[in-house]
Amino acid sequence: MLTSVYRPGTSPLHRARAGTKLLALAVGASALAWQRSVPAVAVGALVVAAAVAVAGMPARWVWEQLRPLRWVLLLVAGFQVLTQDWRLALVVCATLALAVLAAALVTATTRMQELLDVLQRLLQPLRRVGVDPDRVALLLALTLRAVPVLQGLIAEVGDARRARGCERSLRALLVPLLIRTLRHADNLGEALAARGVDD
Amino acid sequence: MIRLRDVHLRLGERDVLRGVDADLGEQRIGVVGANGSGKSSLARLLNGLLVPTRGSVTVDGLDTARDGAKVRRRVGFVFSDPDAQIVMPTVAEDVAFSLRRQKLAREQVQARVAQVLGRFGLAAHADHPAHLLSGGQKQLLALAAILVTEPGVLVLDEPTTLLDLRNTRRIADLVSALPLQVVHVTHHLDLLAGYDRVLVVDDGRIAADDSPAAALEFYRRSQS
Ligand SMILES: Nc1ncnc2c1ncn2[C@@H]1O[C@H](COP(=O)(O)OP(=O)(O)OP(=O)(O)O)[C@@H](O)[C@H]1O
Ligand SMILES: [Mg+2]
Repeated sequence: MLTSVYRPGTSPLHRARAGTKLLALAVGASALAWQRSVPAVAVGALVVAAAVAVAGMPARWVWEQLRPLRWVLLLVAGFQVLTQDWRLALVVCATLALAVLAAALVTATTRMQELLDVLQRLLQPLRRVGVDPDRVALLLALTLRAVPVLQGLIAEVGDARRARGCERSLRALLVPLLIRTLRHADNLGEALAARGVDD
Repeated sequence: MIRLRDVHLRLGERDVLRGVDADLGEQRIGVVGANGSGKSSLARLLNGLLVPTRGSVTVDGLDTARDGAKVRRRVGFVFSDPDAQIVMPTVAEDVAFSLRRQKLAREQVQARVAQVLGRFGLAAHADHPAHLLSGGQKQLLALAAILVTEPGVLVLDEPTTLLDLRNTRRIADLVSALPLQVVHVTHHLDLLAGYDRVLVVDDGRIAADDSPAAALEFYRRSQS
């Protein structure tokens, strides 16, 4: 879900306000978790399916969102079958899948900036206890941005390790990775300062 | 106008710059020198990322040690590593990030972002994740994100080091068309051919300060 990104479009879902979508997501997911019944899941599935269709997301996109979840779902299902019954297992797994899909739908139809704006507004009351909403929003954006950068660094270091024939050495992975990550953090800090973040 | 007066800079145990004096008023200024000679440190002094240990640096009369924030609004900075300069997840958002302090209406921000992305040939990528761009495109984005704030001075610290020849040329052409003062640190000497002035930094001092031809000739001789 962290890596699912905005897909530009002009559907009603794209045009809806970020706050509205987040609210609907929160209410819907809580309702499903609260209800935990087959009819509730069925209604939820209908709503999510309709939203996916309205947003114009292809079937492959749905699969891409759910695929990383398959082991978790299997695990949860197994646990539920052992401790409860298969019906509840089904409901719990479906609830989880629907919640993930709905959340992915929100990120796919909303620009990151709009999500951050909402977050910033939600955090405003915390100003009084010394939390800077701008900072929190920036931190979140930086974290999201760091995922692909780290993936790239890991791939690079892994290649270098293989090229030198020490692919089994954990040290040959972790030491250069740590150094590069720190250097990246240092460069990033400097670039942020140059762009006036601290001013 | 950028003025450096008797600038000394000590980092850790090292005297990185040892007495630099210069008035930088020309539109196109190149900076060359060996690895570790102090070029990047000199560049970082120009927007207050570093402040001198002794002496002073002023930009249009503003002291970088006292008015760092104001100086940084005037002086844009582009680094070598484009990955470290891109802050937001998508291309348009990263450019918009530069404008967040200007309290513009959403439409105004979008208009300015679209205009800059168009100028840099990135319009089609506006909503793409920044990490999917090529290295050259990322550096174009970094440049776009700085120029959208319309700085009066642009400091470039080896902006083309990680780029291929074509993208190097592209960045150089874009930079040469900019209507603002440029201070360009580089090891790509041929990029400085049309410049007004080139400084050669050697071991923390300015060893030569001349026309590109003369300065580069001096630099080449001192390196062989
Ligand atoms: N934070 C620091 N602490 C101590 N020494 C530093 C620090 N930063 C830089 N130096 C030293 O200062 C000297 C000048 O560094 P600087 O980065 O300015 O060189 P440069 O001319 O940009 O080199 P290059 O061509 O490799 O980029 C180097 O010897 C470097 O090791
Ligand atoms: Mg340098």
